[in-house]
Amino acid sequence: MSDQHTGLISLKGMSRERLEGLLDHAQSYVGSPVTNQLVGVTLTTAFFEPSTRTRLSFASAAHRLGAHVMDLSPDLSSTTKGESFKDTILTLTAIGTDLFVIRHWLADASEMAAYWSGRPVINAGAGKREHPTQTLIDALTLRQEFGHLDGLRMAIVGDISNSRVARGHLEALPELGMELTLVGPTPFLPRYNPWGVKVSTDLDEELGDTDVVYLLRIQSERGASAGIPADGGYGRRYGMSEERLSMLKPTAVLMHPGPINRGIEIDDASADGERSLILAQVANGVPVRMAVISEALEGTG
Amino acid sequence: MIVIRNAGVLRADKIERATVVIEGDTITSIGAEPISNGARVIDAQGSWLGPGLVDLHVHLRDPGQTWKEDVESGARAAATGGFTAIVAMPNTQPPVDGRSSAIAAIEKARAVETLDIVVAGTLTKGRVGKEMAGFDAMYEAGVRVFSDDGEAVPEAGLLRRIMAYLGDLPGALVAEHAEDRSIAGEGHMHEGMVSSRLGIAGLPGIAEDVIVARDIAIAADTGAPLHVQHVSTMKSVDLIRAAREAGTRVTAEVTPHHLALDETSVDGLDPNRKMYPPLRGADDRAALRSALREGVIDAVATDHAPHSPAEKAVPFEEAPRGVIGLETAAAVVATYALGDDQRTFFDRMSVAPARIAGLDRHGRDVEPGSPANLVLFDPKRRWVPGTFVSKSQNSPFAGLELTGKVLATIHEGRISFEGGLG
Repeated sequence: MSDQHTGLISLKGMSRERLEGLLDHAQSYVGSPVTNQLVGVTLTTAFFEPSTRTRLSFASAAHRLGAHVMDLSPDLSSTTKGESFKDTILTLTAIGTDLFVIRHWLADASEMAAYWSGRPVINAGAGKREHPTQTLIDALTLRQEFGHLDGLRMAIVGDISNSRVARGHLEALPELGMELTLVGPTPFLPRYNPWGVKVSTDLDEELGDTDVVYLLRIQSERGASAGIPADGGYGRRYGMSEERLSMLKPTAVLMHPGPINRGIEIDDASADGERSLILAQVANGVPVRMAVISEALEGTG
Repeated sequence: MIVIRNAGVLRADKIERATVVIEGDTITSIGAEPISNGARVIDAQGSWLGPGLVDLHVHLRDPGQTWKEDVESGARAAATGGFTAIVAMPNTQPPVDGRSSAIAAIEKARAVETLDIVVAGTLTKGRVGKEMAGFDAMYEAGVRVFSDDGEAVPEAGLLRRIMAYLGDLPGALVAEHAEDRSIAGEGHMHEGMVSSRLGIAGLPGIAEDVIVARDIAIAADTGAPLHVQHVSTMKSVDLIRAAREAGTRVTAEVTPHHLALDETSVDGLDPNRKMYPPLRGADDRAALRSALREGVIDAVATDHAPHSPAEKAVPFEEAPRGVIGLETAAAVVATYALGDDQRTFFDRMSVAPARIAGLDRHGRDVEPGSPANLVLFDPKRRWVPGTFVSKSQNSPFAGLELTGKVLATIHEGRISFEGGLG
């Protein structure tokens, strides 16, 4: 949170204390209680890229806080007539928005929206840059599972280059004491490593050592498939399978930000097995977003 | 008559504190203080006096995009920056790619009395990289510099045929924007630590390197001279140095912004720091600075690329590429690369670019008989650029303190700018 008045745009540079405070706040909303603390507030979700769980869990979180929700569906609205992103934001501001939740393919969409509107903005996924609420959800889920985050080793597996989820994790999880390793074929790994984390092309070598296997989807809509052959070999080299499950530590868990591609990065036994935290992640979406929404409005009067 | 006293005068074999007298369009004497009625006397107070600056790379946007810049506003910006001659890139709308467009551009350029504007033509028809532009017609109209700036000629075979043809026309120069589109793709900033962290599509340095290597091989093969525009990578510098040593006719330019800034400057996603080639790594910048000092890179060229404030006030990835540079070039080069060396400063900012563009009235040492195309530059004056004479304001240097300021510019014996005089 670069600034209370701009909502939650990035986790970059956020202190451990602040991150843990957000997680504690989110934990207090587990069970998704209905409150009236934001009655009279209008939250607008403006998703310029498709989303199911993120958009719905933001809406649900807002409702449970008593806020009114406006939802912009760009493919049904004037954006298809060429209304610019800026004009769309100005229009939604004029209609009456107290807080924006924005997903966009541009890396700085949330900053620009905050600048144009003068309203706090929660980044619900910006380009390939960050998806901060997903990172908080995953941190909360792991804290519930292990009781702590310190020293946990996470292997993020897959299309790291195109993943805003991975970038959010890289900004915040090391600050919370976790050790991250990036795993995938070279075309999926960032060419440069500003985070100074371990990078590996061999998943099997990492499995025995890791507490969390975090699987990513191949993002063909971001041109990811262009980096690897289309013969299905990716699943054999990097997919989570029964055989790979047996290579894990007894306490190790599997995570995935969704949507999952069964049979590619994960098989049924892994996705539905007892090590899978995938549904726990989804369930934590609402309490985390309740916390983020309520903090985004603090100090804005 | 103009008399400039107390200047550090860039003479052929020395730098001398002297008085320079200009009569008509010519320097008539140096040394003795003349007694004259009606002379305009400028006290330089020790500032540098050298040949007017020459910019090999300017986008005037005229015709076609005159809300960004036009010939007149660009000429005012150039004079403000100490320039007495510029090369206007041909990517106007329509582009300068044949007889009528060249003649129209040259007529418009000649109407400007404060600056020599050299009109460049495209390498390919319509600047779309498919077939040769109308070289003979443009050459007959006076065009000598040819470039598809904004894009490299995409196919090696076409460039080889172009260079073989232009190699026969005396004075003709092929200037290339070195960037392989198939590698650069839709990148927005240098592929490096910053792009990796922000998840923004990168422009890898190798996109430039492979074109520089290719073009040097074609220059060696055809014998035609090659000019590499806005060199930005360490590897390109190495390739150019090796080609020179092997006797290939290759020259090169670097922009002030690539000398001054690096990829860390775009961390905040300021669209006024977005340009192609992008601001590179710190090691690339260091290599560019030393190559400029050594002379492996011959010249500084601004790649002055105006875009209106509204066009730049958008998200980084949607912002048009390019920054303005005419009004800050001399100061930036002095601040970041050559501020302690008057001879090298003028060699790279005036002498070499004038030679590359074939301009015999520019880039001349300050001697009796030389044309009075001059700039008075105070290398110690500190200032902070704020607003610009250019129609556009997209400078990466706004708000940054620079050391060195243009005091006055003289074009063909007439003062074209004097706003820096105390």
